[in-house]
Amino acid sequence: MGSMTITEKILAAHCGKQSVEPGELIQARLDLLLANDITAPMAIAEFEKAGAKRVFDAQRLVLVPDHFTPNKDIESAEQCAVMRRFAQKHKIGHYFEVGEAGIEHALLPEQGLVVPGDAMIGADSHTCTYGALGAFATGVGSTDLAAAMISGETWFKVPESMKFIYKGRLGEWIGGKDLILMTIGDIGVDGATYRAMEFTGPVIRTLAMDDRLTMCNMAIEAGGKNGIIEPDEITREYVRHRAKRLPVYFTSDPDAHYAVVKEYDVSELEPQVAQPHLPENVCGVSEITTVTIDQSVIGSCTNGRISDLQIAARVLEGKRVAHFVRCIVIPGTWEIYREALHDGLIEIFLDAGCVVSPPTCGPCLGGHMGVLAKGERAIATTNRNFVGRMGHPESEVYLSGPAVAAASAVAGRIVHPEEVL
Amino acid sequence: MTIEGRAFVYGDNVNTDVIIPARYLTSPDPARLAEHCLEGLDPEFLKEREKGDIVVGGKNFGCGSSREHAPVALKAAGVACVVAKSFARIFYRNAINIGLPIVECAEAADGIKRGERVRIDLTEGEITNVTTKQSWGFAPLPQFAQEILAAGGLMKYAVAKKKGS
Repeated sequence: MGSMTITEKILAAHCGKQSVEPGELIQARLDLLLANDITAPMAIAEFEKAGAKRVFDAQRLVLVPDHFTPNKDIESAEQCAVMRRFAQKHKIGHYFEVGEAGIEHALLPEQGLVVPGDAMIGADSHTCTYGALGAFATGVGSTDLAAAMISGETWFKVPESMKFIYKGRLGEWIGGKDLILMTIGDIGVDGATYRAMEFTGPVIRTLAMDDRLTMCNMAIEAGGKNGIIEPDEITREYVRHRAKRLPVYFTSDPDAHYAVVKEYDVSELEPQVAQPHLPENVCGVSEITTVTIDQSVIGSCTNGRISDLQIAARVLEGKRVAHFVRCIVIPGTWEIYREALHDGLIEIFLDAGCVVSPPTCGPCLGGHMGVLAKGERAIATTNRNFVGRMGHPESEVYLSGPAVAAASAVAGRIVHPEEVL
Repeated sequence: MTIEGRAFVYGDNVNTDVIIPARYLTSPDPARLAEHCLEGLDPEFLKEREKGDIVVGGKNFGCGSSREHAPVALKAAGVACVVAKSFARIFYRNAINIGLPIVECAEAADGIKRGERVRIDLTEGEITNVTTKQSWGFAPLPQFAQEILAAGGLMKYAVAKKKGS
């Protein structure tokens, strides 16, 4: 048996083999499946077209209406209704209604539905987020999900792994978003296509879970099949009171094979910004001069967790959002919302003139709750800045972490947080 | 399986947000999705599109969201095949699953201009620019993927296989 990476070990464990090798096609048993209000209706249609009568295990399918919810129009309401009826009919164990739901990739780890050692798929590209827990998680389309809803399995080509080692000391205002933007800027939006991105090194070992989730979330923006971080004490602490199933902790063998090894010293890293219209157009915030903004969005499956809101509140406390700028804050889940309320963050946001939205993907994909007009420009803690992503095809999105997004809302242009403090 | 059609040519990173913007994902209806296919990238496509057209892209075609609506929109808009230098992973899987043929061939992607006629033999692995008479070879899809495409998608393939067994 050869040495394996954590990704290879998890996949081997889910196809009943001692070991697997990159390139090998395997049929893997899945611990969990996920779909949302955009992708579930299509998967349900395929499921029914195939004549399927039951889901392989109703406790292992998670349905989260989060993209166009609370229902933004009649058609989205119909899509949610399809999903809700399916959940009722098939007694789906984890269906989250508006009011208990949240952005799926903030919700599942928080609720302990996905645990270390899992192999899972979700009909959403940012399913790769859960690699932060030491799980194998990857996005698929609705048809792949429908097939897995029937069989509880799917096929994978075992990916080659890339190792990213982060060394040094993180400066003030620097977090997981800056690390992953810098990495995508280095390797490009197809730099990890078909591959596993394993994040490691001393910086990762002290990085909080929220930041790890942010990093793995954006593995897809480099084309990665999955992002993954070996579990450690921070992982164990995070899942201790959350995990709904028994975690299994896998690590990479010291002599495991990696297709590419990248090493970064991040001590001098400044806050990173991805300019339109690709997540790889990354530069330091100091390189951006006089880019005015119309909107700032602080939220999403990338940066809508409590620590993101804490950073934004630190910048916004006692300040006012610039005149003619909209600042939209979106807590990722109700638990996060509640904690922000309890800790006084919501009041800081309201005092600053922000809008606080219920948990929703909303503006990230140009759905609702902050769509851009022609010629408008936003800074957002979201994950994509493609043409028309947040609204009109002639609008623009800049991506950053919460500190820069909050500071830019105050300044009315893209700035380093120090400029407004 | 042979396809012949007129080419629409685009650059690198044609992402799923430009193939079908999220604001149209309120309906899974293929005909509705087709009405907005590529509208942010190339409004002319919607005016000129005909059944059997071939879309040619650069590297990382279909990157971004996992929305299966993207290959569904292309197929419903009449696109018979996508040729690109490389594909994003989820789009690649989705295209096969919904029965949209895709071909990875960098040389062909460089050698085809908008409006030229292109013939693609999926079984033999050959692309011919009928207009310029140039040809390129490519590695055909694995047998099972070709069978899925011939059946019109993964679910139809699975149902047909079940009936046959």
